[in-house]
Amino acid sequence: MKELYLGNEAVARGLYEAGVRVVSAYPGTPSTEITEAAVKYPEIYCEWAPNEKVATETACGASIGGARSFCAMKHVGLNVAADPLFTMSYIGVNGGMVLAVADDPGMHSSQNEQDSRNYARAAKVPMLEPADSAECKEFTKLAYELSEQFDTPVILRLTTRIAHSRSIVETGERKELPLKEYKKDPSKNVMLPAFAKPKHEKVEARTQTLIAYAETTSLNKVEDNGAKVGVIASGAVYQYVKEAMGDSVNYLKLGLVYPLPVKLIQDFAASCETVYVAEELDDFVETHCKAIGVKVIGKDLFPRCGEFSQKLVKKLLTGEEAQSVSLEADIPVRPPVMCCGCPHRGVFYALKREKVYVSGDIGCYTLGASAPLQAMDACICMGASVSALHGYNKARGAEGEKKAVAVIGDSTFAHSGITSLVDIAYNRSNSVVIVLDNSITGMTGHQQNPTTGYNIKGEPAAAIDLEALCRAIGINRVTVVDPYDLKEVTRVLKEELAAEEPSVIISRRPCALLKYVKHAPALKVDQDKCIGCKSCLGIGCPAISFREGKAVIDPNQCVGCGVCKTLCPKEAIG
Amino acid sequence: MNKSVMIVGVGGQGTLLASRILGDAMMDQNYDVKVSEVHGMSQRGGSVVTYVRYGDKVYSPVIETGEADVVLAFEQLEAARFLPYLKEGGVVVTSTQRIDPMPVVTGAKEYPQGLLAEMEEKGVKVLAVDALSLAEQAGSPKAVNVVLIGAMAKRLGGKKEDWLKAVERCVPPKFLEMNQKAFELGWNA
Repeated sequence: MKELYLGNEAVARGLYEAGVRVVSAYPGTPSTEITEAAVKYPEIYCEWAPNEKVATETACGASIGGARSFCAMKHVGLNVAADPLFTMSYIGVNGGMVLAVADDPGMHSSQNEQDSRNYARAAKVPMLEPADSAECKEFTKLAYELSEQFDTPVILRLTTRIAHSRSIVETGERKELPLKEYKKDPSKNVMLPAFAKPKHEKVEARTQTLIAYAETTSLNKVEDNGAKVGVIASGAVYQYVKEAMGDSVNYLKLGLVYPLPVKLIQDFAASCETVYVAEELDDFVETHCKAIGVKVIGKDLFPRCGEFSQKLVKKLLTGEEAQSVSLEADIPVRPPVMCCGCPHRGVFYALKREKVYVSGDIGCYTLGASAPLQAMDACICMGASVSALHGYNKARGAEGEKKAVAVIGDSTFAHSGITSLVDIAYNRSNSVVIVLDNSITGMTGHQQNPTTGYNIKGEPAAAIDLEALCRAIGINRVTVVDPYDLKEVTRVLKEELAAEEPSVIISRRPCALLKYVKHAPALKVDQDKCIGCKSCLGIGCPAISFREGKAVIDPNQCVGCGVCKTLCPKEAIG
Repeated sequence: MNKSVMIVGVGGQGTLLASRILGDAMMDQNYDVKVSEVHGMSQRGGSVVTYVRYGDKVYSPVIETGEADVVLAFEQLEAARFLPYLKEGGVVVTSTQRIDPMPVVTGAKEYPQGLLAEMEEKGVKVLAVDALSLAEQAGSPKAVNVVLIGAMAKRLGGKKEDWLKAVERCVPPKFLEMNQKAFELGWNA
């Protein structure tokens, strides 16, 4: 059957057809939909793990246990998962194991633009890079063959434009595989130094075998158009070059991006007068070409930052550019904003008003950094809000502690905030940590997590009792507030900042976009009472706008949360 | 000959469903299709863009400036923002709806006036549709996306029945009747 699949859905289809049994992942744009699609196949066990390290280790265990296993993450998630990956590379597999990582060139929804291909080389595991949805499915299946043939985990690398683009996929049947036998073999699976030393030798030998495989595999394809110019590319960039240059150049399309072939590249280069390496982000392929003595043009021409496109490729290779029209009008930007009724809004308004240092984290609430709230001072990575606040407070002492907080969402807290909070309790800083508990993983599109009480299928599951957890690790002051109640939020915030011991404030209210959340009727501004003071505009609610000197509320957008009402000095909102 | 349709709007307006209907309709007509979507951070009330490309063989999933045959806009300011993506002789199909972006809400910027008139002055073909009113007439303001698909479908060509089949495949059954009505209202706009 022909389906118009997202790259991510096609990967999930590949998992299904390859007979995969166990999938574990932590959501992260642009990788999330792989697992969301995989869970729709009842033959595959799927779960949302608390973080990428746990997901990867779950896949490692399932592989050792004899099942074909899988884990998925975004590029920064691979940093979290790097530890098990590097050692699993030594151990190898029993059932095939594939790790999918989705990079985000252009940073559509990420905090950095790292190039995960470097991990393949560092961990010495093969990496495949598909260029459309059909390849997403085929490469996923092939990755399992490679994994079992070469006794190694395999990385499947996607980028946003592959993961989040739909193209046509021909679906096939599932190959049901029996669970492989588990045989106790500590020399394979227990990485003590004595066992790991010979394993390292094996890994190096495996890489050599894989290089030989790279020379002849159909994953790497030469398209000889009899041209003088050759381009080496993979993934989305291959598509951009094809679109821009058509058959006017020769291509070496790399489907196996690590390890890279030697002779294949040398022969391809010898057949062309000029060879370009077109690759987004790092000079990964270019560096290899130069190391094997092949003269190529790469980052001297192509940028290291941001996404490519057919337009960029065409302009750089030919100087040609399509013309376009634009208006003279000054068009204001439209940055993403917190939704109407977002429970985070009240907390950030209170933090702004109290002028505190806000150590931020990754999630919808990172939008608290944007105008008009602008209530975030730093944001590094998942879980860092809590530990970086601890460090900030250790650096600045009592004066810092009285004017600084961390904000972290429920899912991020479960991901990697808990160990950071242990540090605050154990190594005692009088830090105030605000857990923004909106009962869901919001930014990635409403995934359940260990705090919500439901699993990936929506079935009831164990839920972390956040209050009890905080107390259990040594935080005595734990307060729960309703973020719609601005006065109470402010009162508790002041009280906890003044306290001479660490404390946690749990701001609890479900995400306003959750289906079960009942909304109050839309509020209205009494135009006779409104004095146009703009107090209500300070919360950055997209439902409120200013027309002819007065505030107005869009009844289609307002969910009646009432935060603006608290701020109106004339009681004009009701 | 490949066609490129850029669908632009504000996060939450339902641009993804519109791109899905268009992609599905084109696949059904045996074209090669690529649809590039936006997920994550920018969906939160920000500018959102999806690209739909179809033809005999489509390589790139994205559309660049000067390349779109149609810019289908769910909001006027977004039509203006993405106008440079239109190719010479292309068409802008836009809802007349106005949604203030945050810099306008906070008073840092004005919402520019006369955007559609300025486009026409520049020789751009513009089809402006009061999609919000038509969607409300169909039964829900959320049907704006299907109204606009209807308005664009008539200009892109193809049989109305084929388009309606794609709508049927892409919307939940309980909202089908409303969306069929929305499509008709857009088609006739």
